[in-house]
Amino acid sequence: MSELKVKTMAEYAASGEQPEILFWVGCAGSFDDRAKKITRAIVKILNHVGMKFAVLGTEESCSGDPAKRAGNEFLFQMQAMNNITTLNNYNVKKIVTGCPHCYNTLKNEYPGLGGNYEVIHHTQLVQQLIDAGKLKVKGGSFAGKKITYHDACYLGRANDVYEAPRSVIQNLDANLAEMKRSREKGFCCGAGGAQMFKEPEKGTKDVNIERTEEALSHKPDVIATACPFCMTMITDGVKHFNKESEVKVMDIAELAANTLQ
Amino acid sequence: MGISNIIFLLLLSAGTGLFVVNAKKIRRNILLGKDLDRSDKLSERWKIMTLVALGQKKMFARPIPALLHIFVYVGFVLINIEVLEMFIDGIFGTHRFLSILNFESFHFYNFLIGFFEVLAFLVTFGCAVFFIRRNIIHVKRLSMKELNGWPRTDANLILCSEIILMSALFLMNAADQTLQQMHSEHYCAAGSFPISQFIAPILSGMQEHSLMMIERVCWWFHIIGIFGFLNYIIISKHFHIVLAFPNIFYSNLNPKGQFTNLQSVTNEVKAMLDPSFTPPPANPDQPMRFGAKDIFDLSWKQLLDAYTCTECGRCTSSCPANQTGKLLSPRKIMMSTRDRLEEVGRNIDKNKKFVDDGKSLFGNYISSEELWACTSCNACVQECPVNIDPLSIIIDLRRFLVMEQSAAPQALNMTFTNIENNGAPWQYSPTDRLNWVNEN
Repeated sequence: MSELKVKTMAEYAASGEQPEILFWVGCAGSFDDRAKKITRAIVKILNHVGMKFAVLGTEESCSGDPAKRAGNEFLFQMQAMNNITTLNNYNVKKIVTGCPHCYNTLKNEYPGLGGNYEVIHHTQLVQQLIDAGKLKVKGGSFAGKKITYHDACYLGRANDVYEAPRSVIQNLDANLAEMKRSREKGFCCGAGGAQMFKEPEKGTKDVNIERTEEALSHKPDVIATACPFCMTMITDGVKHFNKESEVKVMDIAELAANTLQ
Repeated sequence: MGISNIIFLLLLSAGTGLFVVNAKKIRRNILLGKDLDRSDKLSERWKIMTLVALGQKKMFARPIPALLHIFVYVGFVLINIEVLEMFIDGIFGTHRFLSILNFESFHFYNFLIGFFEVLAFLVTFGCAVFFIRRNIIHVKRLSMKELNGWPRTDANLILCSEIILMSALFLMNAADQTLQQMHSEHYCAAGSFPISQFIAPILSGMQEHSLMMIERVCWWFHIIGIFGFLNYIIISKHFHIVLAFPNIFYSNLNPKGQFTNLQSVTNEVKAMLDPSFTPPPANPDQPMRFGAKDIFDLSWKQLLDAYTCTECGRCTSSCPANQTGKLLSPRKIMMSTRDRLEEVGRNIDKNKKFVDDGKSLFGNYISSEELWACTSCNACVQECPVNIDPLSIIIDLRRFLVMEQSAAPQALNMTFTNIENNGAPWQYSPTDRLNWVNEN
């Protein structure tokens, strides 16, 4: 993989410049080995189109989403207010996030605490770049492949973003196979509401197994996701069914980035 | 004024009087909740009420029950015009008063009565299929164990009452048209009877006074039934027919993913981060609580949600936790909230004010195992045809558990510690945040 060009907000500030957009990487995108590949794919796209973007780097901190969903409002607001101070100090106006949970929190819950930004998710940015003709993803290795898209709850129901990820898949000339439970009826991967960080409660089945089973029933070549937590849950589900050699789990950003030279 | 008119008026005042008494109690109970401002965006609110309540928009996510429900809903609303006529007849001793709407050129009244008969048939059909779905086919969401006991009886009572009320209407019309054909005095020729004409042959050959008896008994049965039903629905889940409208009007209009930011916490956090910040003085009447332990800590909208729920179970049948065998059921969260609220209401009725009974919504009605199974995916909120938000109650109860009881699962406590110390839910060093740039 080629070298990535990444500048931090501090570097921009030092040179007296302002980037077009801040890329909010998120904790999973920064630390989780699988999600880091998604982060690199997003940056590859940003580099490809020559967008002036910055990351916060070591100044970024958890958005507070897991704390808030778990009921720890104190910790959430501490995180939020510290992050807002950082963002406002850099005079940030526009943010793209690599994670639907960060996206939801920054877009919807930060304004009430003094953080007002235009926030988009990376699937929306990729779609915008395709629509503007800056990014061409047609005719790549996914042309004709069967891809099923798993809606992330915090992108779909939480914020009504259903079309952007699908539009990217369609631009790949891939065959989009919809699960019965999709869009508004999308079935959670099991990680939301801070479930990612705890053992599931007693039940008859794990949520990710139920969901992966549904996705696999369409015999897709790829299960596409747009959330690092969904990625973990669905990947585990595919392993559970011993299908990892036949079915790939990929983020929308990776699908798009894979078609680039 | 005859004796029957007096009896009717007494029934009317008793029936509506009792209804008003109970409606006031429900209003009082709902207002036990905390303040919440939902008076903004009025035009958007009218629009959503028109689409979702009046237009049943969200019901059509499941077309078959939606169609059957439309039959019952439209029938119920429009047949009330005929009930209005029965009221007028009852008060003034007239018979089929609205037949004045039969004009020379167009027999509008005949059209109306015929139309109502078709509607009444569709209501009966809808209720019968609903009854079969519940008791014979055993549709999963309508046969779950949380419905055992009163909720199941309640549902069947509603369906049977509607079927019996409609049957009385048909029998009454059958007797009426037979009397009309006999040119019986008082029974003016009015109305058309596309459905009850098939019942009329059974009555043919009966004596005039027997037919009059049947007609009168059905009339009284129907009208007493309606007063009874009116006072039944207000203590039943069926009150959704009224509360659906205000409940949808006062919907949460923000994106579903947006949770409230607790102002009490904001004040504390600001004071922590900025020593010069002075939080506004606390309200001495409202003891400060983070999150919700009991119904008093919920908002009036959350309590209105509980009274509006008609226990259809669309939420539970779409809940990923419930569908994978976890204890959580969003419908049961709403039923528990209403049960506790009604218990508090009875406590107030008895003692003039609430006397601590040592119970609370969390603990006595809802367990932590239910709360911790939620993925906050919003499927329940999306599914609800009347815009109830079970998730907001789950989160408020979690807030109480975490912030007041320090009772989060151990793994989550470690997550909190990691976020506090490392700025990430996992135990990674913040200095490693940019390592991905140089990793392949």
